[in-house]
Amino acid sequence: MTTDRAKEKAKALLLPLAVLLAFEAWARATHLQSDSLAPPSEIIMALAGAFADFSILTATRDTLFSAFAGLAIGTVIGLALGIAFGISDTLNRLMEVTVEAVRPIPSIALLPIALIALGFGYRMEIVIVAFACVWPILILSRAAVRSIEPRLMEVSRALRLPAAQRVWKIIIPAALPRIFVAFRLSAGIALIVAVTVEIAINPLGLGAGIMLAQQALRPDLMLAYLVWIGAIGYALNILLVVAQHRLFGRAALSGDSA
Amino acid sequence: MANAAKRFEVIPGQPRPQIAFTDVTLQLGGKTIIENLSLGVRPGEFLCVVGASGCGKTTALRLAAGLYQPTSGRVDFDGQLMLHPRREIAIVFQDYGKALLPWRTAAGNVSLALEAGGMPAAERPARIEELLRTVGLPGHAGKYPAEMSGGMQQRLQIARCLAQEPKTLLMDEPFGALDAMTRQGLQDEVLALVAASGATVIFVTHDLDEAIYLGDRVIGLLPHPGRIGIELAVNLPRPRDQLSTREHPEFLRLRRQLFDFIKAAEQ
Repeated sequence: MTTDRAKEKAKALLLPLAVLLAFEAWARATHLQSDSLAPPSEIIMALAGAFADFSILTATRDTLFSAFAGLAIGTVIGLALGIAFGISDTLNRLMEVTVEAVRPIPSIALLPIALIALGFGYRMEIVIVAFACVWPILILSRAAVRSIEPRLMEVSRALRLPAAQRVWKIIIPAALPRIFVAFRLSAGIALIVAVTVEIAINPLGLGAGIMLAQQALRPDLMLAYLVWIGAIGYALNILLVVAQHRLFGRAALSGDSA
Repeated sequence: MANAAKRFEVIPGQPRPQIAFTDVTLQLGGKTIIENLSLGVRPGEFLCVVGASGCGKTTALRLAAGLYQPTSGRVDFDGQLMLHPRREIAIVFQDYGKALLPWRTAAGNVSLALEAGGMPAAERPARIEELLRTVGLPGHAGKYPAEMSGGMQQRLQIARCLAQEPKTLLMDEPFGALDAMTRQGLQDEVLALVAASGATVIFVTHDLDEAIYLGDRVIGLLPHPGRIGIELAVNLPRPRDQLSTREHPEFLRLRRQLFDFIKAAEQ
């Protein structure tokens, strides 16, 4: 079973590997000179070099710090609002227009304001990432709270559970599997927005690294950063998917069958 | 206080009803679900409510639980107007699979009622074990609801309700989804539990035999809108027995009467 799946995965790697080899061969045969392309071997060398002088590690730390800090803040705010809106119809109706008016603003459009208010650096980037993360968490946790089995809410009413216990012991655990999906989504968004802010203006992290390599006419290094960012995003998603299965395997199953 | 005159009268020499419906009407979404329902349930009484589907028996139970508020009329518990659910009233839902917390073990589900009642954490495990033993689930404390059979899940829900130490136990077709053997076993267990605790019970069912077997009194509701169509006192000896009670001439007479009523109601 597992060997079969491993074989399938190996097969899926065949095509990209062949493309890379063909590209490498073509680049060498034509003595490629380009500001935007570099043969895979040079990209790997550039990546190794960036690791050797720690520049890519520092940049990774900066980007991940901003992304995770923004994700954490956005999650807390989005979750609090999402749960409140999910519980209270009145509050939801009161805030609906506001939410729908603010939500479509691209987070990156806040950049000029954030720059004036907070200047360059982590704070500005964290605020923009947090803004981007609030919405998916808010919308999905609100939907998750609303779709909680009504019988559970009746049970909590019949037991006279105080409001705080109702949220903590019934609503959050019941909605958690779906809230975690929203968190996974937001984690991806956090990384994208952090790198975007860095590419656009903020002189730190992986995004700034790409820009620097581009301006230094180092396509190999630029593509090395690109490959590395892709690897980070891929690893982050795998980590969260594994965590989701570990944490909610049982809850997700029984939630479906109930 | 115009309603005061219409309130359920306390008859001298008779105990005050524990739950009293006085001219209760409930409208939901413009539809009248229950109309002018007046009903008193004595402390310690086992009242069964039957009726065709859609006659509002489950709704009446939710009114008794304080989960719904009547559009007009009033529901009293121990002489007090019922404005919200109360800890002395426990409700056993039919769909046990939805009423239990799937992320908590059997012990955790029982614990929820104790936590809601503010019992200190140190005292809970002993009480949980006692309750699980009472409903015949000793040794299943660590299991999740999904790992239990339907009958076990319903026992667990009953244990959680008993943890509230209810004066009144409301049961909404609790055995409707269970097979016949499990159902009969649970009927006798509920009778024993109720006899031991002295709780008042309102038991909604669509099974006429079950209603007569369990109840001190059986009420049949008529649909559209829900109202009382028949009221039968069940004078069968207790403790009840699955064989001899069901063969009792009085049982058969009541059964006939109830079946005729339901048949007439459906036409």
